[in-house]
Parts: sequence; C-alpha cells; structure tokens
Amino acid sequence: MEYEVVIGLETHAELATIAKLFCGCSTKFGAEPNTHVCPICLGMPGVLPVMNKKAFEYALKAAVALDCEINRFTNFDRKSYYYPDLPKNYQISQNYYNLGIDGHMDMFVNGSIKMVRIHNVHLEEEAGKLIHPEEPGANYSLVDFNRAGVPLLEIVSYPDMRTVDEVESYMQTVRKILLYTEVSDCKMQEGSLRFEASISLRKKGTDKLGNRVEIKNLNSMKSVIKAIEYEAMRQSELLDRGETIDRETRLWDEVGEKSQRMRSKEESQDYRYFPEPDLLPVLIDEKWLSEVKNSIPELPLARKQRFIEAFKLSDYDASILTEEKVLADFFEECVKILDRPKAFSNWIINDLLREVKDRKLDISNLPIKPGQLAALVEIIEKGTISSTIAKEVFSEMIQTGKEPQKIVEEKGMAQISDEGLIESVIDKVIAVNPSVIEDYKKGKKNALAFLVGQVMKETKGKANPKIVNELLIQKVGS
Amino acid sequence: MKIDKKTIEYIANLSRIELSDQEKEVFIHQLSDILSYIEKLNKLNTEDIKPMAHSINTTNVFREDKLELPISREDALYNAPSTMGVFFKVPKVIE
Ligand SMILES: [Zn+2]
Repeated sequence: MEYEVVIGLETHAELATIAKLFCGCSTKFGAEPNTHVCPICLGMPGVLPVMNKKAFEYALKAAVALDCEINRFTNFDRKSYYYPDLPKNYQISQNYYNLGIDGHMDMFVNGSIKMVRIHNVHLEEEAGKLIHPEEPGANYSLVDFNRAGVPLLEIVSYPDMRTVDEVESYMQTVRKILLYTEVSDCKMQEGSLRFEASISLRKKGTDKLGNRVEIKNLNSMKSVIKAIEYEAMRQSELLDRGETIDRETRLWDEVGEKSQRMRSKEESQDYRYFPEPDLLPVLIDEKWLSEVKNSIPELPLARKQRFIEAFKLSDYDASILTEEKVLADFFEECVKILDRPKAFSNWIINDLLREVKDRKLDISNLPIKPGQLAALVEIIEKGTISSTIAKEVFSEMIQTGKEPQKIVEEKGMAQISDEGLIESVIDKVIAVNPSVIEDYKKGKKNALAFLVGQVMKETKGKANPKIVNELLIQKVGS
Repeated sequence: MKIDKKTIEYIANLSRIELSDQEKEVFIHQLSDILSYIEKLNKLNTEDIKPMAHSINTTNVFREDKLELPISREDALYNAPSTMGVFFKVPKVIE
C-alpha cells in the first residue's frame, strides 16, 4: 500500500536574554550546577514572577517574523504536571491567548518554494535538567535547576510537511529566521534549539488524517530525520498488516536508532490549564507592534532571492552566503566598498569559510574586516599580486589581522611584472632545460606549461604569469 | 454536577494523594456540594462577556532584562528533602 506521510513539528528555542523569564538569574550556559537559581526559579512558596520585557519582545518578534496574527491581548496559563525538572509542578506557558496564531513560513525545498502554516507561537518557561546516573540499578535521578525559568519560545506548525526534505528545510529555515531576528542563538548542542515531530500516515489520495504519533527526545536535526523515517516505516508496516496506529507519544533512542512507547493517549496528561494568577495580561498596542515589525530585518529567503537577482550569484552561492546573517552582512559590506560580488562570493565561500572551519573561528567575530577583503581583491585586480600569492596573503590576514598591502610589502610578495627581470629568469630556465625545449619544438605543447612552472618556481610564484607566458612563446617560438 | 468515585480517584491521582474508601465517600459529597453551589453561576447570561483572565485590572507589568544575584547553592539545596553533591536528588525518573 502507498501511504502519504503527514508531519508536523514543534520547535522550542531558548531566547537570547541575559536573565531568566521571571527572575534575575543568569541564562548563561554551562554554569556549575544549581548556581543560577533563586527562590523564584526554584518555585519556593510565596514568590512572585515578573515578566522579562525583552523575552516577551523576542517572542513577539519571532511571532511577527513568522507572519502570525498577533493577539493584542495575551495572557499566561499554568500547565500542571508532576515532573522533577519542574520545581513548581506547573509550567507557566500560554494556552488560551497565545501570542501569535495562524502564521506561515516560506521555505525552499528541492528548487521551489513551499509554505508551511504555523498554528501558534507562544512563550513559556524552560524546565531544569535531569541527570540519570550511569551506575546500573541506581534508583535516583539528579536535578540541576540552572535552566529552569529560561525563556522558551514554542513554535507549533500545522501538519503540512510530507517528506523528510521538507522537514529538513523547515528546521533550517526556522533556525535561520530565529538567528536573523537575533532572538535565539539556536545552539542545538546546548539544547537551545529542539524539535519534536508528530507523524501520521494516510492512504495516498485520501484526506482523513490517521492517528498521530508524537516523538520526543530528538537531539539533533539528524535524529529528527531518522526518527521520522523510522516512524513512517513502523506505521506503514502496521497498517499493511491490517493493524491500527495507536495515538501515543514515543521516545527516540539515538543509539539504538529506534523509538519506544512513552505513553498512550489513555495515559496522556491532563494539564488542567488555567490563567496564571501571578502574572498580569499583556496588551500590545499599535505603536509597540509597529516598533517590533520595524525591527525585523530582511529574512533569509528574501535576502537570498535578492542576492541572486542583484548580484547575479548562483542559487548555491546565495544560499551559503545567507546561511548566517553575519556572513551575508559581511558580503554586502564588501560589495558596498568594491563592486565585485562574484569575487567576494568566491573568497568568502571558498577561503573564508574554510579558514573558519579549519581554525574553528567564531563566525560572528571574524579576524578580518570587509574593507580588508575588498583591499585584497583590489590589489589582485591591479596586478600587484597574483591570485596564487593572494591565497598566502589571505591566510596571513586571517592569522595576523594585518592589512593586505602591508603583508605584501613586508614579505616582498608583490608580483613581478618587470619584463627585463622575467626575461632573465626565462633565459636561465631555457638554458638548463634543453630537452624540454626540444620536446616543445617537436610539438609537445604541454612542455610550455612545464617551463612556465619552472619560471614561477624560480620567482617564488611572484612573476606575472601572463607576461611569463607571452615572453616564453616569443623565446621558444609557438 | 454529580461527582462519582471514578472522578474522585482521577483527581486524587492527579494530586498524587492516596485516599481511603471512607475519605473518597466524604469527598464525593463535599465536592458535589461545592460544584452544585458554583453551578448557580450557569444561570447567568454570559453571552457577550469575554472570559476573564485576571481579577486585577492592570496589564503590562515587566522587569528589565537585568541580572540579579542568585542565592548560594547551599541555600538552594538547604530545604531539599534529598540532595547529592551539588544536585537535588529525586526518585528515579522512569519516562
Ligand atoms: Zn531565579
């Protein structure tokens, strides 16, 4: 039987505030356990949470960027459940008046644009971290509440995805939007960006949605894809055998690459949502909303399209350049200084990103400035240095942060265009390679390349290759 | 609205409390009484009235995104029923 896979995603992103959502504890990752805590985030009796304005604005910004309808009146609710990572036994979240509803996101999948609808965007508090001891038979777990109360954005999509390619693109696009709007650092390895998937199958050509299975514990984008593939297979095998799919929540086992039941619908939790009496509602007026709207930068997909059109870049180059906002900004700064988009695109994609990878550099804190890369491209065009030497200069720039002109001067790397000087080197090369000259005269054309190579070697790569070529042909005949 | 034994057991389970059969009987009656009292409100016409989210008529109370000093870990762990090293210790989490 052929089935259609119907996939929806829930995205959780920790917001990039310095303090927690309802207290002044730090959100900084990696602190010593239970040192970023206070009576509020530990859920001690009698304390009063007060909303961090920046966190609220970040959530609002994300909701606007995802084209949501903004609830001008929004409120917070208690979601009750017992779990030891939740000190109050309830999570402050939103249920009745979500910040944003009915949004959508455009994404690029296999060469065309696909839209996924967003069901809602809301703000809630993060839970603490549970540590399960390695020792076999241990009957306890340990809790670190440093993350408890960190502002958490939740984005719930409609089940609009059908393939893992679409899921992959959705995750990448959400990530880019959150990075572009600078509301989250989206570090999956630190858990500041996470996904949960819900999957159902239906016979091709039918409309009725099958029972939905939710999958949790997906620690990387790779796990999301693997878990969806596994789940689609599991459900289709059950359906082929005439069995039914239970509505349930399953946990992904990253090592075993399989999922197992966590709880069924019957055991599903009763969250007993009710309005949070400790927090006051938020009204969003026209002025505030338009300020937030104006603070949203050009989003990645739009920027990519503009790069393709305005700078005549390939789809591939434009995608890579717009992958990170800082990189796209860097590129545009370069082009503003010198109108050579193709050259900058090549330098950034081939050289800068390689250096970033090799040297594990922080892309938001690059050792070179756009003006320096522009200066490098300029001296290549002027013929001051060859493109081969330019690679060395570039590497030096990355290491030292020095201006390219200065490096060229200090190291005597300037290209030799003096014909007299080049000619003397050519004469020397011809003198020591009589057999190659003979081969060349007999018609072995690639012997010329060897001779050019020898001249370049003698001049340590500094001779202007165009002049070398011309002079050599003059000397040995064509 | 009538509360039955099943409902009482469900609520007790949600609240993580154990009730004896005798207590269940007591609560069936008490909760039923409370609910029927509250049900009087259903007689009011609330057609054009929006659900109230808060009893205080104030909105937009915020704090700035500023750090404040946390409490010491010793203080944080002080009242915990069980601790281990720098952590709170809880019964094994099954899920
Ligand atoms: Zn705190």
